[in-house]
Amino acid sequence: MRRNQYPGFQTPRGMSRRHFLTHMAGATAFAGSSLALGNALAANASTLKRNRKSAILLWMGGGPATIDLWDLKPGQATGGPFKPIATTGEMQICEHLPMIAQQMDKLSIVRNMSTREADHTRGAYYMHTGFVPQPSIQYPSYGSVISQQLFDSRSDLEIPPFVSVGGGSEGPGFLGMAWAPFTVDSNGNVRNLNMGVEPSRLTQRVMALAKLEQNFIDDNRGRAAAEHAKVIQKTLNLLNSQQMSAFRVADEPAEVRERYGDNNFGRGCLMARRLVETGVPFVEVTLGGWDNHQNIFPTLQNNMLPTLDRAMSALVEDLSQRGMLDDTAIIWMGEFGRTPRINGNTGRDHWARSWSTVVGGAGMNPGIAVGQTNEDGTSIEGSSYTSENLMATICKSLGISLETTFTSNNNRPIKIANGAAPISELFA
Amino acid sequence: MDMRVMGTKAFNTLWGFSVGAIVFASVLYLSPQFLRSQDTATKNRIEKIDELVAKVWEAYQLQPSDPADDGEWCRRLYLDLIGRIPKVNELEAFLNDESPNKKEQLVERLLYGDEYTEEFARNWTTVWTNLLIGRTGGNANNSLISREGMQKFLRDAFAREMPYDRFVRELITANGNTRPDGDDFNGATNFLIDKVNMDNGAQATAATSQLFLGLQVQCTQCHNHPFNDWKQQKYWEFNAFFRQTRAFRGQTDADSPILADQDYGGESGNVDEADLFFELRNGLLKVAYPVFVDGEEIERSGYVNVVNRREKLADFIVNSEYMPKVMANRMWGYFLGYGFTKPVDDLGPHNIPSNPELLDYLSTEFRDSGFDVRSLMKWIVLSRPYSLSSKITRYNESDDPLSGQPPRFTHFYIRQMTAEQLYESMLVAQGDTAEQYSFEVQEQRRNRWLQQFASTFGNDEGTESSTFNGTIPQVLMMFNGDMIQAATTKDSGSIIAQAMQSGRNKGNQAVNFLYRAGLAREANRDELRVAEQFLGARGGDASEAMVDIWWMILNSNEFIFVH
Repeated sequence: MRRNQYPGFQTPRGMSRRHFLTHMAGATAFAGSSLALGNALAANASTLKRNRKSAILLWMGGGPATIDLWDLKPGQATGGPFKPIATTGEMQICEHLPMIAQQMDKLSIVRNMSTREADHTRGAYYMHTGFVPQPSIQYPSYGSVISQQLFDSRSDLEIPPFVSVGGGSEGPGFLGMAWAPFTVDSNGNVRNLNMGVEPSRLTQRVMALAKLEQNFIDDNRGRAAAEHAKVIQKTLNLLNSQQMSAFRVADEPAEVRERYGDNNFGRGCLMARRLVETGVPFVEVTLGGWDNHQNIFPTLQNNMLPTLDRAMSALVEDLSQRGMLDDTAIIWMGEFGRTPRINGNTGRDHWARSWSTVVGGAGMNPGIAVGQTNEDGTSIEGSSYTSENLMATICKSLGISLETTFTSNNNRPIKIANGAAPISELFA
Repeated sequence: MDMRVMGTKAFNTLWGFSVGAIVFASVLYLSPQFLRSQDTATKNRIEKIDELVAKVWEAYQLQPSDPADDGEWCRRLYLDLIGRIPKVNELEAFLNDESPNKKEQLVERLLYGDEYTEEFARNWTTVWTNLLIGRTGGNANNSLISREGMQKFLRDAFAREMPYDRFVRELITANGNTRPDGDDFNGATNFLIDKVNMDNGAQATAATSQLFLGLQVQCTQCHNHPFNDWKQQKYWEFNAFFRQTRAFRGQTDADSPILADQDYGGESGNVDEADLFFELRNGLLKVAYPVFVDGEEIERSGYVNVVNRREKLADFIVNSEYMPKVMANRMWGYFLGYGFTKPVDDLGPHNIPSNPELLDYLSTEFRDSGFDVRSLMKWIVLSRPYSLSSKITRYNESDDPLSGQPPRFTHFYIRQMTAEQLYESMLVAQGDTAEQYSFEVQEQRRNRWLQQFASTFGNDEGTESSTFNGTIPQVLMMFNGDMIQAATTKDSGSIIAQAMQSGRNKGNQAVNFLYRAGLAREANRDELRVAEQFLGARGGDASEAMVDIWWMILNSNEFIFVH
């Protein structure tokens, strides 16, 4: 990133130049790098593009039984006890998702996902990055790719461009720690924000620190040393920002909080809306607890589905009412689906061969079901899609060129979404 | 022995060792004859290691970097062996030591010296706790694991120099109560306590094979592995060794969970041929009995008193060539930043080690030493690759494992301190102001601090993530957190007060004290100038300027990296 280049730290985002220079007055003696600072400010001003697109990933940790949510098989041995209900879209979904059913005219189900990774770690990595794990290359995840791609269009953004609520995201891989998720809990608490020292004194310290950092980097000890400095820059941006209030879900009216659900996932979805409103290009909200090897149906009916139903429907409705859904892509997925066969413990095990994801917003065709599985859900009928296709779809919806090529840590050209084609049914 | 935080009696009870054992160990260690013969053998081994590393350099036409400065090497060694940066007096003692084998002596002291036993054991307890039960194991309210119990076992093992084969055997065969307060306490039970009941012991199977044999079998539970010759059959045969093991939750929350052997009836109900069935992907059922990875079978009886399956498994594992291999690889990776394979605990046939000859050598010598973990550590930290500077030269810049190349060890690879190393180092950075607590309270405080960085993914593999690694929350914590606040006070005994005192006579000495304390080196001319600027900005208040400088040092990449 141009903005984060060395030497020296630059004006923290969110601090006006004049404001910053006031601090600097007390720090001029330290500013060996003030020249670079001026250049960077000029660069900042010239890169103002308008692209308000964002994405929200609802990550279902553990692997949800999509056969019980989005692609029911009533009457089959694999079907389980849940019944399908009509929706405002053209598809039916589980009876225990009644509020989402009212929003399905804005979402679409991809019922022909077929992947190969049925182990949590590998599956989560693959679904997050579009690449299977490989020892020599660390691939960046959705949040890192999208926030990096959209960052230049958000020159007014002062808080991190990739926020993960509740943890569980994959990392930035070869894009570097500067694109790592900023993880917060669902109450939006960010620890250690209170500096307790005069701003001008902090500026002096930071200017001096920049030199010390640079010396270590100049010793040529490998790139990790420079990554550290970049993260310090991002932290400075954040420390000075009014936009931090986007994390404060408690500022929302009580009825809105109630509508989303007063639990971690509900608050996380509400925070996602606030963050996107502020300009954050990528937010990931995790709902764990889908690894239901035992006793799956009561767990889904009593715990998982009510939480999901409330929060996800509220998010879609809210974004739509605020006119933000056209610019915001929603992705609902886990690392894989679960076995159509119900096991001896009335659970379902890991299953990647035929499962569903849900997407919507950002101009993707709404209200449809893409693809289909066979009668009992054990295989896909017709064509199928993979993690790569899904990622290409989301990138396309956000206006990110599918010709984008990165250079990996081992200097190989890596195409975005592994060069895959988007899901054609989702685009007119 | 360092007993500032507790009385001798408490210390002995806690560690469970008798004074007699220490005296005996010391006598053995001090015998001059013993020392001499040890010395030559050690020297030969280290030379051999250096030779095998250099062979690769030649083959790839690489030239190693210069040796690291003494201060840098010393800092590295303290961080790696006892988990914290050296204190200024420790650093200075080393720098001022003129004896030609001062490095060997420092290594000996950190490994065997009574004054470091506690810190050495704590460091390795941390490393192994994370390996055996993860960063979060035992923290949930309803967990079967007692983190405290696990750590007690590990501290004991490392303080008492338990040989690695016995260590592995105790972990695999443990029975008893998980919590230290119970009568039948056996801390080693905490490794398996939450891994045997769920999914027929899937986690016990995966963790045991991965940690101690370097075999990653978790995928083969459901299907044959696509690129490794592990078959589903082998997975279930390995899994069969855990079928006589059961974890019992205490009757009330006040009762310790118990890990115990019990007879296994077999899935078809014939105890003499206690079998299990697994499902192939095509839906067919196949039978499996306990068979070790090399094909060796044991009796099929499910009766514990006829054949104890975990005991047999431990026999197989400690005699396997893989056990010392994966440990040698793990230790090399721990000290040098990269093992010979990536990850260090995947030695399957699909994953060719980058220096097989050296890995074999280390593992053979480790086995022949009677699985003496400290010896293995000693050879590695006294080897040439460990002594090299982390500055990359143009003669070795292609040696860049971050770019996916196999590591050639031509320069030291920098790495960020672990959260645990940082915690302990920040305590050092508080000087003598760090509050003294009882051992238990100290551990609790540390554990609570560390929890802010760890979160679990909540799945059946127990996967965890850490937000520690070079992220904004970490920087914020170093900018503003409680530990940096405690480290930058001017109270008597603080590093700043110590620096001021040391600099009473000469101008730069106080600044140099801070650089030594944090970075194990002196300030250069530029840095001294910056210090003067701080002094000016603070209106001539030297100790206030020291606060700024110390804050800056602790926040630098040079501080947080092991280099």
